[in-house]
Amino acid sequence: MSSPKTLYDKIWDAHVAHEAEDGTCLLYIDRHLVHEVTSPQAFEGLRMAGRPVRAPDKTIAVPDHNVPTTAGRDDPKNMTEDSAIQVAALDKNAKEFGIHYYPVSDVRQGIVHIVGPEQGWTLPGMTVVCGDSHTATHGAFGALAHGIGTSEVEHVLATQTLIQKKSKNMKVEITGKLRPGVTAKDITLSVIGETGTAGGTGYVIEYCGEAIRDLSMEGRMTVCNMAIEGGARAGLIAPDEKTYDYCMGRPHAPKGAAWEAAKAYWETLFTDEGAHFDKVITLKGEDIAPVVTWGTSPEDVLPITAKVPAASDFEGGKVEAAQRSLDYMGLEPGTPLSEIEIDTVFIGSCTNGRIEDLRAAAAILKGKKVKDGMRAMVVPGSGLVRAQAEEEGLADIFKEAGFEWRLAGCSMCLAMNPDQLAEGERCASTSNRNFEGRQGYKGRTHLVSPGMAAAAAVTGKLTDVREMM
Amino acid sequence: MDKFTTLTGIAAPMALVNIDTDMIIPKQFLKTIKRSGLGVNLFDEMRYDRQGNEIADFVLNKPQYRETEILVAGENFGCGSSREHAPWAIKDFGIRCVIAPSYADIFYNNCFKNGILPIVLPQEQVDVLMKDAEKGSNARMTVDLEAQTVTSSDGEVFSFEVDSFKKHCLMNGLDDIGLTMEKVSAIDTFEAKASAERPWI
Repeated sequence: MSSPKTLYDKIWDAHVAHEAEDGTCLLYIDRHLVHEVTSPQAFEGLRMAGRPVRAPDKTIAVPDHNVPTTAGRDDPKNMTEDSAIQVAALDKNAKEFGIHYYPVSDVRQGIVHIVGPEQGWTLPGMTVVCGDSHTATHGAFGALAHGIGTSEVEHVLATQTLIQKKSKNMKVEITGKLRPGVTAKDITLSVIGETGTAGGTGYVIEYCGEAIRDLSMEGRMTVCNMAIEGGARAGLIAPDEKTYDYCMGRPHAPKGAAWEAAKAYWETLFTDEGAHFDKVITLKGEDIAPVVTWGTSPEDVLPITAKVPAASDFEGGKVEAAQRSLDYMGLEPGTPLSEIEIDTVFIGSCTNGRIEDLRAAAAILKGKKVKDGMRAMVVPGSGLVRAQAEEEGLADIFKEAGFEWRLAGCSMCLAMNPDQLAEGERCASTSNRNFEGRQGYKGRTHLVSPGMAAAAAVTGKLTDVREMM
Repeated sequence: MDKFTTLTGIAAPMALVNIDTDMIIPKQFLKTIKRSGLGVNLFDEMRYDRQGNEIADFVLNKPQYRETEILVAGENFGCGSSREHAPWAIKDFGIRCVIAPSYADIFYNNCFKNGILPIVLPQEQVDVLMKDAEKGSNARMTVDLEAQTVTSSDGEVFSFEVDSFKKHCLMNGLDDIGLTMEKVSAIDTFEAKASAERPWI
């Protein structure tokens, strides 16, 4: 009998097309997602070398990073010139190389990591790559999914493989139940708070335990999405009935006999009893609180009931980094986090731009108003999420509360489009990175869950969502 | 790809931990469809004020570090996004080697695709080289990829590990795609087998 394997071992082994003596492998790629920012140089490379896309049927493109989220955006005149050039380049490359494509005008357009699962491109046991670090999202399906650079995008386009060495196995177990008001976002931020942003470097993380099993597919996507913020190459969750229910009937999911065959295979995708993990982290679900970031690294995370720390609370190189963060964020040590006033709220991104995220925010906002003088926006993760939210009446709740109701895209998560913070503005954001300048030059970001973002919009300061439930 | 064999040059100290890719090249410069020309915007928001004037005390703006070819940095360098614009900007500035205790995974891989050598050394050794780099243009370090050593300006030698395949590609300036194309029959065989076993893909 062969030795017990982890879920990662199984997916890896099923995709090695070639292994050299030193362990360098060619890993076969089942799905390649492409967006406008990290692909133009890769397609240009193919063109220069006269190479085709090896597997256009496995290659899916959608513009998301650059696109405005306001009406009239399918007219390039309503984009900045450089953004319009990148989107036009993707249009042209998709046609020329014959890959699947969802243009800005298509209702299915949205953030690449929301469109992939929504359309059934992402399925258990697959290898999925994209020139975007948040490709980790797709790990929620038990797919091995990670971000790659543009040279690797070109490599995958040309060869449908990636040159890889195997990572180590890490298990992150969240035991027991979550308390009310605690979400997948709080889990994933709390794990990063525990391990640090480099704690996962060199590893693929498998998330498991009762609290992970209890999450919906959308919550699992939120958890895996931020595996990269913990430094891991990828995050994985073993598929189960929830996974199959989510996939069934999606446009590109298998049907009929093919579905049955696929499901039989997917049911083998779990970590065997006794399989070896190189590192194990365990958190108790009931110990996790609604959290917020105070600094400029996702590891700068604390429960909303805590106070802003001092640089002297840290050790080594983190002392200087913490002081720099406090200065950048304009925060005084000892200030209760729940007293920090904000002026902007952003709900959206590949972390928290799905329908359940909008429902969670709308549940807090129903019958309430955004505090006077605040700017609050919702950017649904895809055109289909947007349409569903309108159908469910969520859009009306947001609009009546005073939120801007936008079109789909990455938007203020990375502020490549016009949705940006101005200098010194402070934002409660459901996105994934609080780096300096991330949401706009000298903008200040506090990462939170959708419910916490909605609560902050009402009070005008960082707020414990449990007080509004 | 440009070969990397040996390099002797000025090293700049950046001790900050978690230097992320948004710091290395902010997103407004990702709207290019080319690989070149990003060096002028390397570390843009740390290097220039809002009016585009140089911030005098930023390390690469100091006269003694304008010709920097080696960067000595804090742990988890290059964390954040997958943007290859980060190594493109570093290389375009003229930096061919980074020395740090650790790197984010994607950034680390991206360096090798662009003729940049990211060296990992233990924190204590990086601290020594950081001090050496603080001497400015009087301190020229030497990196020898073949021998896998860094030599400080005082002649102290530090050995580093590097993956043998990555080293081979960097030393010979090999194009990954060309190398993989030599194994196309293995890919063909795998693809045929996988599509029989997992036809839904």
